[in-house]
Amino acid sequence: MSKANRPLSPHLQVYRWGAHMAVSIMHRATGAALAFGTIILVWWLVALATGPEYFSLVQGYFGSIIGRLILFGLTLALMQHLASGIRHLFMDAGKLYSLGRNSATAKFTFVFSVISTLLIWYMAYRAMGAL
Amino acid sequence: MAEFSLPKNSKVGKGKKMAAADGATNVKTFSVYRWNPDDGENPRMDSFDVDMDNCGPMVLDALIKIKNEMDSTVTFRRSCREGVCGSCAMNIDGTNTLACTKAVEDVKGDVSITPLPHQEVIKDLVPDLSNFYAQYASIKPWMQAETPMPEKERLQSYEERAKLDGLYECILCACCSTSCPSYWWNSDKYLGPAVLLQSYRWLIDSRDENTGERLDNLEDPFRLYRCHTIMNCSNACPKGLNPAKAIAEIKKMMVDRQG
Repeated sequence: MSKANRPLSPHLQVYRWGAHMAVSIMHRATGAALAFGTIILVWWLVALATGPEYFSLVQGYFGSIIGRLILFGLTLALMQHLASGIRHLFMDAGKLYSLGRNSATAKFTFVFSVISTLLIWYMAYRAMGAL
Repeated sequence: MAEFSLPKNSKVGKGKKMAAADGATNVKTFSVYRWNPDDGENPRMDSFDVDMDNCGPMVLDALIKIKNEMDSTVTFRRSCREGVCGSCAMNIDGTNTLACTKAVEDVKGDVSITPLPHQEVIKDLVPDLSNFYAQYASIKPWMQAETPMPEKERLQSYEERAKLDGLYECILCACCSTSCPSYWWNSDKYLGPAVLLQSYRWLIDSRDENTGERLDNLEDPFRLYRCHTIMNCSNACPKGLNPAKAIAEIKKMMVDRQG
């Protein structure tokens, strides 16, 4: 009987997700996405400083269907990260540890991120006169 | 970097299927993780149809029935069968809990049973918890006092004693620690929820006089601070305790002592 060959028991493969676990993992995932988003933002600012010709080229990328989809995703990531970040702030202060409240606030971050993202995009399209 | 998938020798295959006795009408299927250290094969999930009309109500009752009547080689730990010893901790239906206090009827569909997650498997549902126990020993889980022994016992007020409620009930079953993704990825350095709850139990004991040194030993990027408040621990605890809350209280003590 060799000790070395012992298998590792299943973990992520079997563990049942709850809102509390999902919000934590989404905080990480959206954080990573936003790091990528910041690079895009810097690119946009550099384009702005470079001159009108290059800026309009980059604006064209941003305005394309794919560009808009990426920006929509980044808005969603930002809102989700904001909401779960504020939830983390409360937890760092020792609040929201009862299972009921913990789960309710976890679910609320998802509701908040979807609604606020739709609202932001609705207002942006209205401001452009497209709606 | 965390390894999200299972190593090659740990991939779980399909196992055999055992039917219930003829004439059984109330049948529940139990899918049980099996691994035999002696045959050189990968782990597999065996499935057992259990006649629930002739079986006790808890998952442990079903496991014992399987072992007695269907396959005597099924291996698991159990002792008290009433949620006090912590031996029968395992992952049932995706959540860590005690087989003896988990009712079969609370599980919809088939009952899937695997060992406590992300542990080395000794056989079937028996994980190697040596690291977990070593971590527990590392926090010196006993009362430490310098002041001379009083003539009788060291007394506590009712209020001081009440601070231990929700902590002393911990049976060290390891359901919480092995439910924690942070512990899965860093169990070599992170102490995990159970051991940290035990740490807090001694930190706030009015009779213990070693609070400073206990906190010093937790002041480390991994031992305490790998807790990212994922809350799997508190959701899993079969005793209804809240390890995540205890960890948050330790973090507050760390801040407080910086003044």
